[in-house]
Amino acid sequence: MLLFFLSSGLFLGWSLGANDAANVFGTAVGTRMMRFTTAAVICSAFVILGAVVGGAGASHTLGKLGVVNALGGAFMVALSAGFTVYTMTRMSLPVSTSQAIVGSIIGWNLFSGSPTDASALIKIVTTWVACPLLAAAFAMLFYSVFIRVSRRFPVHLLWEDMLMRWGLILVGAFGSYSLGANNIANVMGVFVPVAPFKTLTVLGLFTLTGTQQLFLIGGIAISIGIFTYSRRVMETVGGSLMRLTPQMALIVVLSQAAVLYLFSSQQLSGWLTGHGLPAIPLVPVSSSQAVIGAVLGLGILKGGRGVRFRVLGEIAAGWVTTPVIACAITFIALFFLQNVFAIQVMR
Amino acid sequence: MTTLFKQTNELTTQIDDFLDAISEGALVFQKGVAEYLAGDMERFEECYNAIGALENRADDLRRAIEGHLYRYSLIPESRGDVLDLLETMDDVIDTAKNTLSLFLVERPEMIPELGKEWRDLADIATHTSEAVVLAARAFFRDPRSVNDHLHKVHFHEKEGDRVAMDLKRKIFESDVDLARKIHLRYFALNIDRVSDAAEDVADRLAIYAIKRTV
Repeated sequence: MLLFFLSSGLFLGWSLGANDAANVFGTAVGTRMMRFTTAAVICSAFVILGAVVGGAGASHTLGKLGVVNALGGAFMVALSAGFTVYTMTRMSLPVSTSQAIVGSIIGWNLFSGSPTDASALIKIVTTWVACPLLAAAFAMLFYSVFIRVSRRFPVHLLWEDMLMRWGLILVGAFGSYSLGANNIANVMGVFVPVAPFKTLTVLGLFTLTGTQQLFLIGGIAISIGIFTYSRRVMETVGGSLMRLTPQMALIVVLSQAAVLYLFSSQQLSGWLTGHGLPAIPLVPVSSSQAVIGAVLGLGILKGGRGVRFRVLGEIAAGWVTTPVIACAITFIALFFLQNVFAIQVMR
Repeated sequence: MTTLFKQTNELTTQIDDFLDAISEGALVFQKGVAEYLAGDMERFEECYNAIGALENRADDLRRAIEGHLYRYSLIPESRGDVLDLLETMDDVIDTAKNTLSLFLVERPEMIPELGKEWRDLADIATHTSEAVVLAARAFFRDPRSVNDHLHKVHFHEKEGDRVAMDLKRKIFESDVDLARKIHLRYFALNIDRVSDAAEDVADRLAIYAIKRTV
């Protein structure tokens, strides 16, 4: 029964692996700099690692927004978010799982009469706005540094190619880790308060908390998504938004990974507060929007020609429409689940 | 990854060897023309055989490099440009070798007073080829410096055209018979074609270098 209720989260995980892995390894595979199998193995391993080791921070913030306290409710919240993503994708509207899940949690709050933490909501929405902007700024900074270094220390074309392959692997691994750490909250976050897992010691070497076990299952769902469905997305993503050279792809993935890491790393946030600086909000953000932000950043750096600034408007519209639609769908779905199927959706 | 490291190392060496063969071919060409003008046919034939061997080596290396680049999917972004570059570079040594083969087969009867002009024309063809080899090396190692060599290619090529024109004018002003004049003009044209082939490479390199530095 537990697996049935988790299935909606696992579906979200599968969908995340199928689509968002392409944000990390799409260009490398699309431009044939890397084989799909290599990309899929690295991506899966590091997504799982990121989810299990660094997934707690962003998940905690989602928990503050609303604590879905019944397994049936968590199932429907995740399913509604998945359905929102699916429907909006079919309608060719820009959508993000991160935004859908937030709308769904608010939908559950409204249905159950639980209060929505306004400060957590403001923190989350501010982060969504900051995500593509920060990715653009990172991309501009990283690319400028990259260009300066490559001009200062030119290398043979073939060695540059080899370094680029290594760079794509390392940055891809970092991007996958960040994706797992930041986005596992979307996949499994709502199940954290209701998951029945007990802390487990593995071979006396390390322990896995209940949440980590949940995130491990979510991570495995993401990797199944990567292996079963991301190949076509990766092979077509290369030239979809803007034609990227492997060098630019490296910068885009690095910027996206840095943004996702920034919004999920408890260590980094702790280090900043330890030095009297403001803490970074740990919030699940959209990796696709980070990629779009980074590509736009590079476009601006290259003179702004051919940059579709309308994309930013579309993203901004999604910040409002996605949570509202997800919220409405969740509210209605919870009503049906409770009153038609007589399943407990809240305590 | 060890394989990739090894392949990259091997391929870098092969590209350097290929460019060495082109550069050496240009020097042998220069020497071959000088030996012909000096009337030493034995040494001329040595040069002809040497340039033939260098041309074969360049062909083998080019094929090996092409195979490597495709087999291991290397430099996907610049592969087309590199293969195109190698093929046009190959045309330089092919043109030089064909010109020497024309000397060997047709044995043009030179006008002794014009020896210096012939030597100058062959020297310029060599300088143009050497400058384009340096530009090609720069394309691989430091694309921003390609232009430093390309302007020399264009300078030498123009100089070649000027010397060839001067030589042809002097040939037709001389009092040898018309058939010999036309025959010698044909050889002046062929030597100058080596510079033209080098300039074709330079024109392509200018674009490839921009693509690499953008």
